[in-house]
Amino acid sequence: MKLYYITNNTSSAVAISDIPVVEYVDLYNDLKERMKDVRYHVGHYFATEIENGLKFYLILLDDMSGEVYITSFVPDYYTQGLASLTAVHQQFHPFEREIHELYGVPFDNHPWLKPLRFPFDRRNRESTMDSYPFYTIEGEELHEVNVGPIHAGIIEPGAFRFICDGEQVLHLEIALGYQHRGVESEMVRNQNRLRQTLIAESVAGDTAVGHATAYAELLEKLTTVDIGDDLRLERLVAIELERIAMHLADTGALGTDIAFQLYQVVCEALRTVTINTSQAWCGNRFGKSLIRPFGSNHPLTEEKVALIRKNIADVRRRYNELRTDILESHTLLARFEQCGLVPKEEMERIGGVGQAARASGVVRDIRTTHPSGYYAVGISHMPVIKGDGDVMSRLATRLDEVLQSADYIEKVLSTYKPSGNIPAPNYEPALQGEALSFSLIEGWRGEICHVALTDKEGNIAKYKIKDPSVHNWLGLAIAVRSEGISDFPINNKSFNLSYCGHDL
Amino acid sequence: MLVKLLNTLVMIAVALSITGVINRTRALCAGRKGIRFFQHIYNVHLQLRKGSVYSTTTTALFRIAPTVYLGATLLAFLFIPVANLEPMLSFHGDIIFVAYLLALSRVAIILAAMDTGSSFEGMGAAREALYGALVEPALMMGMATLALFCGYSSFADIFSMAQEMSVNITVVMLLVAYVFGVIMVIESGRVPVDDPKTHLELTMIHEVMCLDYSGVDMALIHIATWLKNAIFAVIAANAVAVIFSFNWWFAAPLAVLATGITIGVVESFRARNKLSRNTTFILTIVAMSALVLLTGFLLIQNIEI
Repeated sequence: MKLYYITNNTSSAVAISDIPVVEYVDLYNDLKERMKDVRYHVGHYFATEIENGLKFYLILLDDMSGEVYITSFVPDYYTQGLASLTAVHQQFHPFEREIHELYGVPFDNHPWLKPLRFPFDRRNRESTMDSYPFYTIEGEELHEVNVGPIHAGIIEPGAFRFICDGEQVLHLEIALGYQHRGVESEMVRNQNRLRQTLIAESVAGDTAVGHATAYAELLEKLTTVDIGDDLRLERLVAIELERIAMHLADTGALGTDIAFQLYQVVCEALRTVTINTSQAWCGNRFGKSLIRPFGSNHPLTEEKVALIRKNIADVRRRYNELRTDILESHTLLARFEQCGLVPKEEMERIGGVGQAARASGVVRDIRTTHPSGYYAVGISHMPVIKGDGDVMSRLATRLDEVLQSADYIEKVLSTYKPSGNIPAPNYEPALQGEALSFSLIEGWRGEICHVALTDKEGNIAKYKIKDPSVHNWLGLAIAVRSEGISDFPINNKSFNLSYCGHDL
Repeated sequence: MLVKLLNTLVMIAVALSITGVINRTRALCAGRKGIRFFQHIYNVHLQLRKGSVYSTTTTALFRIAPTVYLGATLLAFLFIPVANLEPMLSFHGDIIFVAYLLALSRVAIILAAMDTGSSFEGMGAAREALYGALVEPALMMGMATLALFCGYSSFADIFSMAQEMSVNITVVMLLVAYVFGVIMVIESGRVPVDDPKTHLELTMIHEVMCLDYSGVDMALIHIATWLKNAIFAVIAANAVAVIFSFNWWFAAPLAVLATGITIGVVESFRARNKLSRNTTFILTIVAMSALVLLTGFLLIQNIEI
């Protein structure tokens, strides 16, 4: 019996009737073996309400072939329960926790079915973040340090509970959900496509372009419209600009945390040039309003192309000087090297994605494994892979990816002649009914996955968003184990994960 | 009396200027214009006009601590001469008195930090206690070296006699100045040991102990830190002045510029130590001060033979 419908990231949406509905036992047995191979990882796994029950959808990514496996099942979980996949492959943990939290589905043998984000529509109303029982260890010599949920600075809320032996961290538990805004239900409640675009842009403020592109591609796959290579190219420029800006910000923030003023001020200056370039292009420094479905309000002109090329060449040159300095600075290396190790095996086990996974030597880059947009036609992307999995590796991937992104922008723009053929956005497209559409985008932080199910009329009936942070928060908890607690901030900064992208 | 008054005024000027020089150096290194030279004084002035907020878990100990901290430091401050000037207070053995006044101020702030019951401040107090204990031998041996040369044990006598020594003490004095310079960095919580600018409680040492203070109390702590800086900077500058020109108009600017610019440059161009490496860093200074003491002792022996 066929277990999966196989498609890829550039094909159009899948009719729900084409997705096999399998027995959970068969799927479980297959995944148990299949997921041992690191070429597979979970793209998304969620449940949706149907008449008298729940229907589960699983999207599996094959990083070797670029294929995407989709399957579904309608289990009788009330009477039998579901055998937990997390128990055998831990990368399923956030998805099973979310399903349990929303619908009360019991997962047998799940190691720790703790809430993922305490959404308003959770099943168990007794379970609140105020009464959440943190993990504890008994011991005379141990002490607990609680950080948050209110951040001392200006960033977002999250509670971090350390269990320490003196200065050494034994265990870190991260509790999130304070930033939950109901993004996914809002995407369904609101069928106005412009509003949906704006919500997508606001999923995570630092990944406005990434999430907006994911939404736009998802929508475009539900139609037969070909948006054309010019628009794809401009989207690539936008998303690489965002990557440069954020990697610069993180390089600078790491300098701040170790009191290294020079790197901090240089990176701040370069980041300003980069985000001001975005502003000159579309009027917003974070690239909001730049990405719209089926078209663009801000097509590039000759002048804008020249400006972007000039600024990015300047940023690239100056950043490269800084990069050389960073790699030669012994006081910096003493802080970053061998600090916060996440070995490759651990990163694969927790299903880490994106830049943090690449720093641990895991080849996970949607631009290479599941290219879409202009990456599928005009760029052959080679991911930046570092092997050590320490803070330095996570910084070094940033150092190299900034140069790489700058090179891509220069490569595509040097031959680009703005044609003026890019259409205005279309917010009223006729969408394919009863279909599942997904999009995978490599944002600066990693793999962004949006999934939508449409009803008979072509309205969006279910919308699921997965920010790369969902996978990687656990990586941070692993990284700080047995590190000094004073090294937590640089580890946190080296991952720079999103709170609101996780909490939705 | 006038000389004593002048000494105190010069010391105060040094105390107020060092932070300004550090800030200005950092700004120049970062390519910025920088804040006003005396901005830190305006800030403290502002805090002095504000009330204080106290956590309900704290006791009287917490409220007394800033006063003890400032009082002890201020008293120690009055024992320090600037080169050829006379300090306000002086008696035989005051170098020990000064050392333990500084220790008293440290104990006060550590106890206050523990009093808040915050896990952050507890960690900060543990770190401060450890580094304080480690740095004390360096301080005592540095002072012992000075006392060794002249047979006196008060700051006023040491520096007035040191210049009359016939033996070539240039190397020893430069090393003493270095030791006191580094002790100042450790005591005042600057890079590479601590980072006064950080907002990350988990990495703080000195700052985290003051997290619960506000208004007047915070101002008192800031002022005490300036005075502490001045004490070590002036001792270091005196040691150098013994070699070159034993005048207050040489020693005072030297104290401000040498420490201010050095700290400013260090904070711009290097990263902070990993916290666990601080112990090594401090013990290196202790070893250095032991070496200085030994060198000084050998020099003296040579003369008597």
